[in-house]
Amino acid sequence: MTFTTLSLTLIFVLIPLLLSKTLKLGLEKDTIIATIRSIIQLLAVGYILKFVFDAQSYLYIFLMVALMIVAATLNARKKGKGIQGITWKIALTLIVIEAVTQGVLLGFHIVPATAQYIIPISGMLIGNSMVLSILFLNRFIAEITNHHDEIELILSLGGTPKQAIHRQLMNAVKASMIPTIESQKTIGLVQLPGMMSGQIIGGADPIQAVQFQLLIIFALLTTATLSSIMIGFLSYPALFNERMQILEMK
Amino acid sequence: MDMLYEPSIHLQQVSFSANDKTILKSITGSFPKGKITTLVGPSGAGKTTLLKLCNGLLSPTDGQILIDNQPISTYEPTALRRHVGIALQAAPMVKGTVFENLALPRSLQGKKLTKEEAIQYLQDVGLDQSFLQRSTNGLSGGQRQKVSIARTLINQSSILLLDEITSALDRQSVQDIETLIATINKKYNVTMIWITHNLQQALTIGHFTWVMMDGELIETGKSSLLKAPVNPRVAEFVQGVNA
Repeated sequence: MTFTTLSLTLIFVLIPLLLSKTLKLGLEKDTIIATIRSIIQLLAVGYILKFVFDAQSYLYIFLMVALMIVAATLNARKKGKGIQGITWKIALTLIVIEAVTQGVLLGFHIVPATAQYIIPISGMLIGNSMVLSILFLNRFIAEITNHHDEIELILSLGGTPKQAIHRQLMNAVKASMIPTIESQKTIGLVQLPGMMSGQIIGGADPIQAVQFQLLIIFALLTTATLSSIMIGFLSYPALFNERMQILEMK
Repeated sequence: MDMLYEPSIHLQQVSFSANDKTILKSITGSFPKGKITTLVGPSGAGKTTLLKLCNGLLSPTDGQILIDNQPISTYEPTALRRHVGIALQAAPMVKGTVFENLALPRSLQGKKLTKEEAIQYLQDVGLDQSFLQRSTNGLSGGQRQKVSIARTLINQSSILLLDEITSALDRQSVQDIETLIATINKKYNVTMIWITHNLQQALTIGHFTWVMMDGELIETGKSSLLKAPVNPRVAEFVQGVNA
């Protein structure tokens, strides 16, 4: 695809802009910012990836993955502002997820240990984990706010913080995992996943594209489960003090 | 308060603030062992906060609380809350049946409540056994309060804190609960602290009373002080309630 043909795809940006303006949705500014950011970010990533793939250095791979983790952490932490130490808790979760998934993929030689495989797979898994963390934190904070009386009741009867928050924690874990599980149920029927579509458009054998997609969706199940459970269990103690009193969320 | 009585709970210049707002101001006083003390006063006087401090759901920002002559901070929080039980004003329930709610204090300790025990506790608060498998969602305000009282009794606490537990009940149920509380108090020598807006209730059931206003303890003494208050602020409050 040439830059000229690519620029024609900006028609897809003009349509929502015109609709937003006509219907007074007020989304024009956000749409323009999102478009400019995606152009700059993706072009920059494209050039960086080209450089890293050519260099084939583990140091660059490590730095790329570290950058992804930092960016994902900084984005997800906004949703957990009231929870003390949320930044390092999200970062640790993402590091563990990356270590576990890449450990399995590389350890069993499921994919070659090259930048072309490690970086895109890491991007998908860390990105998914970030979304899961945001979904979890949103729901967890809502559960705590809406069920404050119930948490206080269990504490008042002599329950521990873990007992007091158990139901809210489990509800948030389940709720955050539902989109991943539901989307996997209809995968291939309703939509062709992005990576698979990309490979097929790029001329790869559809069966091989499916195999890679399966690898990703299985790994996504682990990241979904691990993200919610790890952040949940790392976060809930920060909601209580040493006298087992629930702290007010700021 | 009469110094002849051994204190179950003693507060020494206890203050509590939250979000830059002073809720309790230097409260000093005792709740006598084995007696019923009522807490009366207008809304916002800090009565509920005082109960939560005694149950350890909150900690004083200043001052000290002694429970059975021991500083509250030396108690392990879960042990303290079983020793000093509380029936919360809103009568919150966990999702599930009445039986699951009654079994909660035991299940938190990894123990079981038998069906027979649950039925007995229900009968004590004036509910029959048909309530056992009912969802708490369908209960009326009064029924929730009764289940909440029964649930609080299950830990067999030595001190019971009761936050307006009869406010949503009809006259007959109020009498039943008053009789039950008086019986438990006498039979097991349980110390009770009871927040009520019903001054007649404070007079008939309470041995002692505390009158609180604006986070301060205005007056303490035998409940009869409510009949002919000396303190002008208390007199004004009593007049206002009885008007």
